[in-house]
Amino acid sequence: MFRGKKYFIEALWEGLLKISGSVTSIIIILIVLFLFSEGMGIFKKKVVEDGYVIAVNKNNPVKDLSPEQIKNIFDVKIVSWKELGVNINEDEISLLRLDDIPNYFPEDQIAEDMSNLPQIISQILKEHPGMIAFIPEDFAKKGFSEKVLDLGNINLKEFFGGKEWFPTAQPAPQFGVIPIVMGTLWVSLGAILIALPFGIAVSIYSAELASKKVHKILKPVIELLAGIPSVVYGFFGLIVIVPLIQKVFNLDVGETGLAGSIVLAIMALPTIITIAEDALRSTPRAMKEASLALGANKWQTILKVTIPYSISGITAGVVLGIGRAIGETMAVLMVTGNAAVIPHTLLEPVRTIPATIAAELGEAPKGGAHYEALFVLGCILFIITLIINLVVEYISSKNKNKVA
Amino acid sequence: MDYNKRKKLNQASAFWIFRIMSLAVIAILFWILGFIIVNGFQAISWDFLTKMPEDGMTKGGIYPAIIGTLCLTAGSIIFAFPIGVLSGIYLNEYAGKGWIVRFIRMMTNNLGSIPSIVFGLFGMSLFVNTLGFGDSIIAGSLTLGLLALPVVIRTTEEALKQIDNSYRTGSLALGATKLQTIVKVVLPMAFPNIITGLILSVGRVSGETAPIMFTAVAYFLPMLPSSIFDQVMALPYHLYVISTSGTDIEASRTMAYGTAFVLIMIVLILNLIANALRRYFSNKVKTN
Repeated sequence: MFRGKKYFIEALWEGLLKISGSVTSIIIILIVLFLFSEGMGIFKKKVVEDGYVIAVNKNNPVKDLSPEQIKNIFDVKIVSWKELGVNINEDEISLLRLDDIPNYFPEDQIAEDMSNLPQIISQILKEHPGMIAFIPEDFAKKGFSEKVLDLGNINLKEFFGGKEWFPTAQPAPQFGVIPIVMGTLWVSLGAILIALPFGIAVSIYSAELASKKVHKILKPVIELLAGIPSVVYGFFGLIVIVPLIQKVFNLDVGETGLAGSIVLAIMALPTIITIAEDALRSTPRAMKEASLALGANKWQTILKVTIPYSISGITAGVVLGIGRAIGETMAVLMVTGNAAVIPHTLLEPVRTIPATIAAELGEAPKGGAHYEALFVLGCILFIITLIINLVVEYISSKNKNKVA
Repeated sequence: MDYNKRKKLNQASAFWIFRIMSLAVIAILFWILGFIIVNGFQAISWDFLTKMPEDGMTKGGIYPAIIGTLCLTAGSIIFAFPIGVLSGIYLNEYAGKGWIVRFIRMMTNNLGSIPSIVFGLFGMSLFVNTLGFGDSIIAGSLTLGLLALPVVIRTTEEALKQIDNSYRTGSLALGATKLQTIVKVVLPMAFPNIITGLILSVGRVSGETAPIMFTAVAYFLPMLPSSIFDQVMALPYHLYVISTSGTDIEASRTMAYGTAFVLIMIVLILNLIANALRRYFSNKVKTN
């Protein structure tokens, strides 16, 4: 009996452990499931704002317009049909929104309940062959005699190739991720360029040169740097670094990509230092001593033996540092100025993927195209970190083979 | 210059550069800490820590934010610690070397490097919307718990790895079962390292903003939560709000310094405790 009970408890315990062990895998699968199912919804959404349509004169041969073209038409940047490759006898494009109707039609003849609006809009469009109308779907149904454009759904090409991110634009929201992806890359690249020399220097110093006493100070310092909340870094950046950059470079606003890069560099340092230091320390003592015995001094040994030996570990640290920089949200959100335009220098305001999600998710109505677009951004971020992880795994597996 | 002299000079200059750069990194940390501690200390008073915010968050205190952060952190610990520690034990003590374990380890690593804002998105989609918790302590705690999980697992695994295998075989040879060996021999020995790791992870969780932004926190809510389904204020989000989008950013600057000070203090104190424990336990092991 005692034996049976003991066996039972052992089995129960092992089962419990197995379940706990599989939790992380289940969570990852759930994350993928939820992120992608919410995000993919956007490719089923219409190009034009929900509940609205674009209508033109019946004889207008225009078939398809991209979201960018629609935006430019309504921003009066495209003013003639020729620019769109459409031949029509009235070449100038005129716009019709609901507010514009009284300009074309006596206001007192519009019915109280607006039931005759479809007919009125039809009549206005008929009289103006070059007109394009942005109207609620309901007015384009019963009694509407002109042409409603079937613009199809938002597609992958427009999403990933679009150069403009303006999700609240009317009539067609712009979901081009290029400026945001570029912003993320610029800021992270800048951060890593700043962090790399410091990271390598500190890790070499800490692993090879520092006395035990200095090491005792350095280690907690690095731990603390890693522990400071990102929002505190952001606050520090906002109050100290942003004004500093504004003064030094004589800019109108200090909230720039460079401010983001500097803050991110400080935040990525602990990751780079810890991993690179571990790698440097893993160099076998025999190798170093052999080098010293051959007459090389300490610096030559570090340069020619220790660093080449641990280069894969150092690389892994740097790659993980990049990953940390790409995914960082709050600090970047607070110091980069968040302008969704393609940056040309680091001294302009930029906007990154995580900052965009954090800044806009609160305002995006649930289930709408904007909300789903932010989830797609989350998917992009997830895939980037996955790739970075696979790279690190590959690098460190190569390292293991070498040791064996 | 002859070769030997150049060799010496190269080494000296390289080492000096490393020394200066390391000093610079230490200086940066003390600059950040000093800046926030000096400016924030003036804002700290008993009222600041125990009063509700007033006047569009330009006056009063941060009491509800402190309580909110406590609730969220405690909730995430309750969720993440047991599962994480068990999972760590499984990975180090039970799992073999098959592809399943490799897969689980990879997944744990992946989970650890997912950006916090993605956790926020996921938490919002699963806990807030699908499970219908709404913006609440429980949704926020679970999201934060997911974030802490890989840290706890890795900490436990690392601590267990350091226990020499002879202790395990010795215990087994004396007739103890595997479970007894783990509970009576391995875990007590690994306990100091596990506990210091856990304390550090508490610090990390309490300062996270992105995961709770859309799952738990309120912009302004001058009262305390009455159940786990209530919204709360939280220190990191509060700092973000009053330093970027408050009603009067200049007027609430003192409040912002004070909030940053409290956040830094939480991390600092937890780090000190972890280090003190580490030292205490390592001394104890030596004298025994």
